[in-house]
Amino acid sequence: MLIETLFMFLKVFVVGGAICVIAQILINYTKITAGKILVYFLLAGALLQAVGVYQYIVDFAGAGATVPISGFGYLLADGAIKGAKNSLFEAITGGITSAGMGITAAIIFGYVFSLVFKSKSKRN
Amino acid sequence: MKTSKEFTNENYLDYVKHIAPKTKQKRTIFHAFWVGGLICSIGQGFRMALESVFNLKGDELSAYVSMIMIFLGAFLTGLGVYDRIGKYAGGGSIVPITGFANSVVSPAMEFKTEGYVYGTAAKMFVVAGPIIVFGIASSVLIGLIYFVGYRIF
Repeated sequence: MLIETLFMFLKVFVVGGAICVIAQILINYTKITAGKILVYFLLAGALLQAVGVYQYIVDFAGAGATVPISGFGYLLADGAIKGAKNSLFEAITGGITSAGMGITAAIIFGYVFSLVFKSKSKRN
Repeated sequence: MKTSKEFTNENYLDYVKHIAPKTKQKRTIFHAFWVGGLICSIGQGFRMALESVFNLKGDELSAYVSMIMIFLGAFLTGLGVYDRIGKYAGGGSIVPITGFANSVVSPAMEFKTEGYVYGTAAKMFVVAGPIIVFGIASSVLIGLIYFVGYRIF
């Protein structure tokens, strides 16, 4: 049990780290900005789930695949695909329903914390 | 973050490329790897905890883990800690969902002086807006393709 858990964490660490390394390589060797990298990774996650690949990465590496922004794309695509089984309505709303928690959390926590805290000067 | 003139930015990048030692780029990759891996491992810790305590599964589990990570990312950004992590880890701090939270809070705090509506609330979406636009657009497209696919096959 303990060894299993440790092995799981190792998989999470390696896969999550590897996804971040891809981003770092793009930052180092191309002129793609951070905002665009987030969009590309999100689309990559959604696309990989659309062809049915990302689910395997999630099953293999858990949070190593869901915590990176590509996991957010996976969640959107997965919701849409599951909704598409039921109705047209759910095919359209399924994505944002799945990702609703993330978007809501970002908006609520984002707004609250930006009101509570003051911007630290970027000069130092 | 953004410079007003594109060419000054490019000149600067050339200048940086000229003086930056090559080994430093390799080191940033290592930094991104271990910080990114660590953030995901923290997420996995919450994942396992929620799984065993509240018996959550699948998308619901992912969604709650995302919520917790976004909370932490937003909180650490507020404290000014996340930007320091970002300087060290680069891609390792941008790509995890905590980086998404950072991209929401950071401009929102910075533009607070422009008011709570057009400052904070509007600038929250400078980076997050495109993510939500492309995310929802792609999910609707995938949903429609699958909807048609399920009905035909």
